[in-house]
Amino acid sequence: MENRSFIQSFIARAEFGPLVLLIVELVVFWGINPDFLSPQNISNILAFTVELGLIALAMTLLMTSGEFDLSVGSLFGFSPVLMWTLFNSGVTSLEMGLLIALIVAALIGLVNGWFVTQLKIPSFLVTLGMLLVVRGSALFITDGFPQRTWSAEGSWLANILVGDFYLGPFRIYASLFWFIGAAIVLGYVLTQSRTGNWIQAAGGNPNAARARGVNVSRVKVGLFILSAVMASLAGVISSLRTSAANPNSGTGYELEVIAMVVIGGTALTGGRGTIVGTVLGILILRVMRNGIVLIGVPGLAYNIFIGAIILGMMALHSWLERRHQAGT
Amino acid sequence: MAEPLIRMTNIRKSYGRVQALVDANFHVNEKEIVGLLGDNGAGKSTLIKVLSGAVPLTSGDIFIRGKKVTLRSTSDAIAHGIETIYQDSALVTQLSIARNLFLGREPIKAPRFLNRMDQDAMNAVARDLLRQVGITKNIPPTTPIGSLSGGERQAVAIARAMHFDSDLIILDEPTNNLGVAETQGVLSFVRSARDSGHSCIFIAHNIHHVFQVVDRIVVMRRGKVVADDIDPKKTTVAEVERVITGMSDKEIRDAISDSRQSHG
Repeated sequence: MENRSFIQSFIARAEFGPLVLLIVELVVFWGINPDFLSPQNISNILAFTVELGLIALAMTLLMTSGEFDLSVGSLFGFSPVLMWTLFNSGVTSLEMGLLIALIVAALIGLVNGWFVTQLKIPSFLVTLGMLLVVRGSALFITDGFPQRTWSAEGSWLANILVGDFYLGPFRIYASLFWFIGAAIVLGYVLTQSRTGNWIQAAGGNPNAARARGVNVSRVKVGLFILSAVMASLAGVISSLRTSAANPNSGTGYELEVIAMVVIGGTALTGGRGTIVGTVLGILILRVMRNGIVLIGVPGLAYNIFIGAIILGMMALHSWLERRHQAGT
Repeated sequence: MAEPLIRMTNIRKSYGRVQALVDANFHVNEKEIVGLLGDNGAGKSTLIKVLSGAVPLTSGDIFIRGKKVTLRSTSDAIAHGIETIYQDSALVTQLSIARNLFLGREPIKAPRFLNRMDQDAMNAVARDLLRQVGITKNIPPTTPIGSLSGGERQAVAIARAMHFDSDLIILDEPTNNLGVAETQGVLSFVRSARDSGHSCIFIAHNIHHVFQVVDRIVVMRRGKVVADDIDPKKTTVAEVERVITGMSDKEIRDAISDSRQSHG
């Protein structure tokens, strides 16, 4: 009996559906093209995964608190442009450039949070406006051209962010450890810490949280800042790895990140979130993007599969939710 | 006579040109359940919002055990021992019973800088409280509020107020949308709260529920308290209904004193 209820509660978890989907994906792609699980391809998937993943982790907490951030893709493009512009024009060192880019991102997050919590404007509108402001700034600064990037190899900054090494046949980037670290810390914050309880309450029933003395506005502003800083960091990591700073990079990432989060089981309406689910959601989308190319489906068809996954997973989550509410 | 737990004097509250409260006077004694009645728009909920810190008063004074207080926010009111339980807004449905009980006051495990909730302690207290408030069914404290019935949710909210030693628990329509058995359950939670030393204000449209549980009935009409010492044991529902729907002050006094004479 004990065993059976353990299995039952495992199946009822929001993370169960995404886990099954990921396994199915892996098996199908591997069955069609055994190269899919080659060390080189796995290394490839992991390198891309981390950069969007960092944003998705922060977005999970923000969405659990009942808000979301559409400006992350534009920050992903803007921050490296700002960093390289400062460096190329001789104003600052590269390290100082990174620090300034992160501070600017934090301020942008603060402004997002202030508009949402103090002026009570929906985060959809606030961050849509911010998306245009930030993307416009990146294009304006650069005249629309990619920034000259110096090969960052040898810089200690590049080493700790994107330095790579071989673990057996696998090429591992240092950014993978940043991602794992961030997943553990944010997972801990959400499920174990007092702050996590406040984040869930802020999304689930802000009035009840406020009535208990929880400062809902401060929680949300903090998460907007976290989301902006993570997007900025992800952009810089990507730029250092590819030695490119394009003002257009990151376009459309906001929707892909939100898709990763909701596929993993976090509620778009807030109150419920899971970091484990988000990690699965990140892998599901990245594996799909990589796998359909590898098995010979035209890359342009990618969005059809992503859309189908989102619809399927939403149906599953809503079914589980209804069962849950019914107390079974 | 001893100073009451709560005394509100000459409370005025206006929203623009609308006068919601006009010199309302109201008090709650220690260990007393007060039923607050009145038609829609009589000023009941405004009075409660003022007392729970949700809206500021325009003028007037609030005293707690004789000491004048200013209630600027709901957390102010909670700090002064006044807990308000609204039908649907008191709990977070996605969180567990234990996490709701301690929301905003979660105990922290050492080392403190890790900010880690002591979930074992929270669950243990929650299990105890559920028993105290009279829930006999075995509900694990990790159950999300969303899968509880309406009456059980009220019980959790009342248990929370009792645990944090609120002197005054305000229940706004606690029996709305509840079945007969569940209503009886909630009424018994209210009684056990009083028996353990808490005062309550009980607001309900259903006068019969109020009669079953309160020690004293207060009636409001057009922003004023028009009767504040109706004894439910010595009055009939019909008489109170007449007071609620409105007669001249003299008629009210006559009606109440008539009922006293006929009962006493």
